[in-house]
Amino acid sequence: MSASIERAVHVDRKTAIALYRTMLTIRLFERRVSREFRTGDIPGFVHVYIGEEAVAAGVCANLDEHDYVTSTHRGHGHCIAKGCDLGAMMAEIFGRETGLCRGRGGSMHIADFSRGMLGANAIVGGGIALATGAALAASVRGTSQVSVAFFGDGAANQGVLHESLNLAAIWRLPAIYVCENNGFAESTPAAYATSVPDIASRAAAYGIPGVVVDGADVLEVYRAARTAVQRARGGDGPTLLEVKTYRFMGHYEGDPDRYRDDSDREAARNRDALAACRRDLVATGQANEAELEALEAEIEEEVARAVEFARSSPFPDPAEVTRYVYPEPLATAGAAR
Amino acid sequence: MSAVLERQLSLVDAVGEALRQAMEADPSVIVMGEDVAGGAGRGAGKENAMGGSFGATKSLYPLFGASRVRDTPISEAGFVGAAVGAAAAGLRPVVDAMWADFTGLAFDQIYNQAAKMSYMFGGQARLPLTIRMAMGSGLSAAAQHSGTLYAIYTHLPGLKVVAPSTPYDAKGLLLEAIFDDGPVLVFEHMKLYVTKGPVPAEPYRVPLGVAEVRRAGGDVTVVAIAAMVDRALEAAEVLAEEGIDVEVVDPRTLSPLDEESIVASVEKTGALVVVDESPPRCSLASEIAAVVSERAFDFLNAPVRRVTAPHAPVPFAPALEAAYAPSVTAVVEAVRSLG
Repeated sequence: MSASIERAVHVDRKTAIALYRTMLTIRLFERRVSREFRTGDIPGFVHVYIGEEAVAAGVCANLDEHDYVTSTHRGHGHCIAKGCDLGAMMAEIFGRETGLCRGRGGSMHIADFSRGMLGANAIVGGGIALATGAALAASVRGTSQVSVAFFGDGAANQGVLHESLNLAAIWRLPAIYVCENNGFAESTPAAYATSVPDIASRAAAYGIPGVVVDGADVLEVYRAARTAVQRARGGDGPTLLEVKTYRFMGHYEGDPDRYRDDSDREAARNRDALAACRRDLVATGQANEAELEALEAEIEEEVARAVEFARSSPFPDPAEVTRYVYPEPLATAGAAR
Repeated sequence: MSAVLERQLSLVDAVGEALRQAMEADPSVIVMGEDVAGGAGRGAGKENAMGGSFGATKSLYPLFGASRVRDTPISEAGFVGAAVGAAAAGLRPVVDAMWADFTGLAFDQIYNQAAKMSYMFGGQARLPLTIRMAMGSGLSAAAQHSGTLYAIYTHLPGLKVVAPSTPYDAKGLLLEAIFDDGPVLVFEHMKLYVTKGPVPAEPYRVPLGVAEVRRAGGDVTVVAIAAMVDRALEAAEVLAEEGIDVEVVDPRTLSPLDEESIVASVEKTGALVVVDESPPRCSLASEIAAVVSERAFDFLNAPVRRVTAPHAPVPFAPALEAAYAPSVTAVVEAVRSLG
């Protein structure tokens, strides 16, 4: 089954600015995370999303807080696009008790169930079946909720994707599978590890639409996701979107990134979706320089406050090392935040 | 016992009754798995042809329909993972995994996703998921349809594990598992499916983590799991004729383990034999022996004895299989060896 993107769909000014704002928030948040990581005060591993912002922003602009997403080890962007609080996110990344997961998860396991954000996931492909299940829950309950699985080109070769796409197709689940193909699974090129040039073409095996989307154009992502979300809400089943994108940074913070060419990195940076969106907003008269500069300053300030909040927050109490292994009685769950 | 308690039900029918009552009580309870109805989409007369490999789910499809009684493709990672996600999104799925040995295909979904979700996410995830599976030797089902595996899952924080030995407990533990807000794995011994026992008709719960003393005795504590409980009770009768008074403790829940009841029994008897139909390394038998060694060492009059399967997969040929699981004789001899 083939599908096309409705390129003629008009995107109003409010939506265009909101898309830009989300992308910019992700960019500035991630730059700051990267900077803070170099201070040594962030424990563990951090994988930043810089360069891929258009995917999370364009897809999540079609969702509300009742819809579900599952994410990846590179999950900060999905959290921000789904509306997570920057301070609580930053505190989680710093391993503090005020974090979204009270410091038990960290960068690779941020979740906010109150916003349908069912978790970043450090198992490659780990969130795909979970998103399928959230879509099943919506289907059984008969709600209009949809569920989005974000995953990378590496996860596209996991068997669980096959099982999940088949399951979602036979049950016509309200699910959208968003493959963020940034060309590399850690250091292994998708061109080497994947049997077909377009992962979206695998959708044909399940009789569902598969759409290749240019991740350098946030409006294209938005429109493609809009069609997929409408299909899902309308009871017409799942869609596989493959967004061609590029991570500007290494796989993890500190990655020497010897497996990619400088020229490729340069070319990708020249096709930066964030910069393109900014240019378009100005060129079409939807925003002027002064407004965009003010917006940037506002977000920088918000990110700075998030870092202050994180740094001034307490670490979890070592006496609570076994707390939350099992769910607590409802009366106390969620009370500590 | 009241007249109601006298109603006899097989273990498999007790399981089916628990599922039906849970689904009646709560519309968020769904049942999913391979062939839980059977003949999906084939129309009246062919649908619900199976009702599960052992018929446990047979009564559900006509009552609750295809949305809540879902036949799945043979794709354990996919549908167990979907059940985890559905639980995270507020359903109470009960997965029929068929055989414990099949859960290897879904291990990541159970171990990395379901088990860790509450902890990793700081308590915000509630995961009311139940996974039922058949296990155990005795039907010549061979190596890939007989493993117990409960020790593997008992090892994993975030999971609870139950292994009933009676129809009464099978129903009560399953209802408790379904309404628990975390993931619970239910191991149903294949040999016990046809055994009958008293089962009240109304819904009731058996709390998790509470052992049951099946036979009171003063000389030796025998802790036995699932199908081994009946063998321990038989052994106790043999030993009673020799003047050895055996206390048989059935943990019923393996995680969390009711350490208090086991320790209290050993403090009374001064001796422990554990009967576990699993290979011995890192087994429940080992765990129970370790708990007693730590907590009741001063009460022990003899070394703890483990009576287990050998360190081998479950064999096919009946002659070999009979040599695999602990026999009544093996239990009797282990108790006698304590002196």
